Amino acid sequence: MAKHTPLYVRHLALGARLVDFGGWDLPLHYGSQLKEHTQVRTAAGLFDVSHMTIVDFPDPRPARVLLRYLLANDVARLYPDKALYTCLLNETGGIIDDLIVYDRGATGYRLVLNAATRVKDLSWIAPIAERFSTAWNERDDLAMLAVQGPEALTRLAAVLDAGILARVQASQRFHAIEAGNLFIARTGYTGEDGVEIMLPADAAPTLWDQLLAAGVAPCGLGARDTLRLEAGMSLYGSDMDETTTPLVSGLGWTVAWQPPDREFIGRAALERQRAAGIPQIFIGLVLEDRGVLRSHQTVYDGDAAVGLTTSGAFSPTLNRGIALARVAATTGERCRVEVRGKRLAALTVKPPFVSRPR
Amino acid sequence: MSHIIPADLRYAETHEWARTQDDGLVTVGITDHAQHLLGDLVFVELPEIGRVVSVAEGCAVVESVKAASDVYSPLDGVIVEVNELLADNPELINQDPYGEGWIFRLKTVSTLDALMDATAYEAIAAADDDEDNGSLTDPRLV
Repeated sequence: MAKHTPLYVRHLALGARLVDFGGWDLPLHYGSQLKEHTQVRTAAGLFDVSHMTIVDFPDPRPARVLLRYLLANDVARLYPDKALYTCLLNETGGIIDDLIVYDRGATGYRLVLNAATRVKDLSWIAPIAERFSTAWNERDDLAMLAVQGPEALTRLAAVLDAGILARVQASQRFHAIEAGNLFIARTGYTGEDGVEIMLPADAAPTLWDQLLAAGVAPCGLGARDTLRLEAGMSLYGSDMDETTTPLVSGLGWTVAWQPPDREFIGRAALERQRAAGIPQIFIGLVLEDRGVLRSHQTVYDGDAAVGLTTSGAFSPTLNRGIALARVAATTGERCRVEVRGKRLAALTVKPPFVSRPR
Repeated sequence: MSHIIPADLRYAETHEWARTQDDGLVTVGITDHAQHLLGDLVFVELPEIGRVVSVAEGCAVVESVKAASDVYSPLDGVIVEVNELLADNPELINQDPYGEGWIFRLKTVSTLDALMDATAYEAIAAADDDEDNGSLTDPRLV
């Protein structure tokens, strides 16, 4: 039996095409994935991301010690209301999940993890938290809405109390504010300005209705995927997994090597890999020929197969096929990708493919 | 969900439609039901003119935001014309699958008799809808 978010009935009423995702029935699109994508790039879109796993560590002192050991990025870099993107690694440096951790000051820390990895994440975290005598609790009582796009904040003005809105406007990217039962973070998975709002599940349908009334368009997982890919953001399970380290996944920047005496799970393995020389690089590909790139396509440098695409799509913004790929470190600027037996010319680029004006 | 299935066309169970023109050529496209299942189309790979095709042979590819799908020839024949407009406007298939969104034309000695009529195809499309649990080609999306 698939799980439903508190907005399931809203999705049905809007005529969403539903898909099974990590055990949840979620909207793929509400009619046109391309229109939803464009809506987020040009105005504002609304996503139900209540399937995401939220875990709170209410006691900040032991949680800080635990999280500095558990996560590859260092929560010591945080201060109250600041967020950090990080990988959760196993002992061999493989990625169990990627997540965002929020510093809530005296209220502790909040982790937002993927839905499809929930069971393995929690069973990985539980015994370690116990060893560190650190309390934690899953917040499946919360829903989560993402409002994303250049007009996200102006549309929120119609919905939020003026005092709260002012605080959201004043907060920086990768920061959060809390007001009453609302947790509002300037984070997202689209490369656009916007917020992710966590709130009690029973309050979510009203906020959803108000945001739609304010002209924010409902958007599904399909647009979420093409938006994140254009923004060069990795997808767990496609671009990285337990067999790949952050160093071969374009995520070396999320590993906090300093201070050198901080022990974290996977550190020794990453240091060995770094010392031995990192064999692969993680790059973006833009198709020069017409067509669409998909995951698991072979990349050629000259006649040599040098790697595979990990995510691919048609970029509605660039009107071209784009992909993320893990390839040999020697791969040149021009390569070819095999699509249905034909090798199509592609240019290697450093993601993001699309970035918003700043 | 019900989609348009014109009564004057013939259909293959792989969701192509076929229409005999006055000049004897057969125009082929994909059905409204098929374009709906695929979602927004973003690329069409057209067959080469002059290619000899057999019935049920894949000869074009339509790619949506979601996945790539083969388009099969409903008859034996020779490709004599392709819809060049689709190169820049693949969305024509979404907007007008039986008109501007046609894909190729065949010269053939076969008749359309072996293909399904609208009533038979409607049953296939309806069964499809019942089975359509919305699962994706790539379930790891997002």
